[in-house]
Amino acid sequence: MNWTVILHIAKTHLVTKIKQTATAALGVTFGIGAYITLVCFMTGLNSMLDDLILNQTPHIHIFNEIEPSKNQPIDLYTKIESSLNMVHSIKPKQSQKKIHNALPLLIYLNNDAKVRGATPQIKTQIFYMAGSIELGGNLTGIKVLEEARLFNFEDYIINGTTLDLQNTDNGILLGAGIADKMSLDIGDRVLVSTIKGDIFPLKIVGMFQSGIADIDNIQSFVKLKTIQRILGEAENYITDINVKLYDLAEAIPMAQRIEAQFNLKAIDITTANAQFETGTTIRNLITYAVSITLLIVAGFGIYNILNMLIYEKMNDIAILKATGFSGKDVQMIFMSQAIIIGLVGGFLGLLIGYVLSSIIDRIPFNTEALPTVTTYPINHNIWFYVIGITFAMLSTFLAGYLPSQKANKIDPVQIIRGQ
Amino acid sequence: MNPVLEAKNINKYFEKPVSFHVLKDINFKIKEGEFASIMGKSGCGKSTLLYILSTMDTDYQGQLFLNNELITGQKRDILSRIRNKHIGFVFQFHYLLSEFSVLENVILPAKKLGEKSLPEIKAYAMEKLRILDIHTLADKKASRISGGEKQRVAIARALINDPAIIMGDEPTGNLDSHNSENVFNIFRQLCDDQGLSLLVVTHDKDFADKTDRIIEMEDGRIIHS
Repeated sequence: MNWTVILHIAKTHLVTKIKQTATAALGVTFGIGAYITLVCFMTGLNSMLDDLILNQTPHIHIFNEIEPSKNQPIDLYTKIESSLNMVHSIKPKQSQKKIHNALPLLIYLNNDAKVRGATPQIKTQIFYMAGSIELGGNLTGIKVLEEARLFNFEDYIINGTTLDLQNTDNGILLGAGIADKMSLDIGDRVLVSTIKGDIFPLKIVGMFQSGIADIDNIQSFVKLKTIQRILGEAENYITDINVKLYDLAEAIPMAQRIEAQFNLKAIDITTANAQFETGTTIRNLITYAVSITLLIVAGFGIYNILNMLIYEKMNDIAILKATGFSGKDVQMIFMSQAIIIGLVGGFLGLLIGYVLSSIIDRIPFNTEALPTVTTYPINHNIWFYVIGITFAMLSTFLAGYLPSQKANKIDPVQIIRGQ
Repeated sequence: MNPVLEAKNINKYFEKPVSFHVLKDINFKIKEGEFASIMGKSGCGKSTLLYILSTMDTDYQGQLFLNNELITGQKRDILSRIRNKHIGFVFQFHYLLSEFSVLENVILPAKKLGEKSLPEIKAYAMEKLRILDIHTLADKKASRISGGEKQRVAIARALINDPAIIMGDEPTGNLDSHNSENVFNIFRQLCDDQGLSLLVVTHDKDFADKTDRIIEMEDGRIIHS
């Protein structure tokens, strides 16, 4: 095979038919450009939405579930083993909300090599009191700095800092929704009442906004020590432990192990947020479906133009074959045209995709939900570009293969005698 | 004298639209340096025979020898190579690649053969063009020259690889008498000066009469050679 001649002929065809060549290449360019833009934007959006939930969600959430015993006393009575027993209206057994031996458990978890960190929490229901109004809500006691390190807690503080909460003994990080309802601001005092009826004044050191209104309307945070004092509990009173792992895939087996080993409830992130996984998958599916459609359309453009070119060049093909070019040579002429169109169009497409997504990356995007996000999210991943150019080459190869196969099969005698 | 081309018991059938015996027991030889023409009425099978001899049509029975080597039943790639190196074609229509210059058209088969370097090929092509008196057109686009000139370019292209034989299918069929004369003289000269073998299918009685040998065909048979 003599590539210089083949490429020379291919190039001459492409250059003399520059308009058709450009049309075919532009088809690929737009296909790839749209794919890059779409996939960068969609995956950027996806990871932003996932972060919205997953960043503040622990990989494993350990707590003491209040539930009825699975084994009722009658099950232990062996004499009626073969018969059916029925116990109506089973109640949960008397149990404590706190995690038994929480502090040693925390130390154990933090020493595990797979664990990035385990942090204790105390959750309780309280009332926010403003004059005669009582608003129900949740108060969570946290280890502030650990929470910031593991769960990006500071992303959701819109006024004030984590340090303010850490350094103020009676400080509270008030949910933005509650603050609005009660017209409270930083530096004000808010009264909270426990279920038992004890009332405590707390100083507002910051606002908390997660972006999910239902949470912002009830949720506030205080230090672990503060809440233990409010509830009148000892230092080992801990209701929840949140674990963050290095590898998300470890969450399920580890949760199962903790449940079995410590007789506690341990929920892993994939079970708790299955719907996000589904949402991400479907959004990716849509992105790829649209991109592949675009590329198939571009592929048909190339197919069409090469087909036309081959009909136009019947005589040339016949004489090339008569003067000693084999069918393979002629096929390679048209294949190399398709591949040149694919390469040029594909790389231009990557460029256009990069430029477009960079522009999108600079468009301001302000949303209440995400105080840290200022522009539209874009995920520039080198793999998208690799996939893009691979697909461009693949589709042009296929689009070029069929017409060039036809050129291979053309019988020169028929063409020459048909004149 | 060695035979350049030899056909032994060539038979060919057309299957469509009805089964038809086109060529019947064709036997003949072309010697080295011979200028032969094939004559016959339309439909007598002379072009069909030429395309079998040209190796482009492989659907026949019998045997075909080029330079005493059997070429019947060879693979298509090898046949392409044989056409490239040993056979030159001149058709009724010039079949030049219109986007390429005259020189590029002439050197394409030599570039495909790849036995010489590009400067050597170009120099050789210019020599051929000079022999045919069209060297001034070398850089013109093939679509920009006259019909007679195009046919001469086609002859130059046929000569570029120094083939063993040149085959022509009505090479003067589209030309006026002046240009026909011209093409004949070129052929004559190539035959006499360079000892080239030629086999030309033609309708033109005057043209045929001036060749060394006339092979006459009728109804798929050679009736006189």
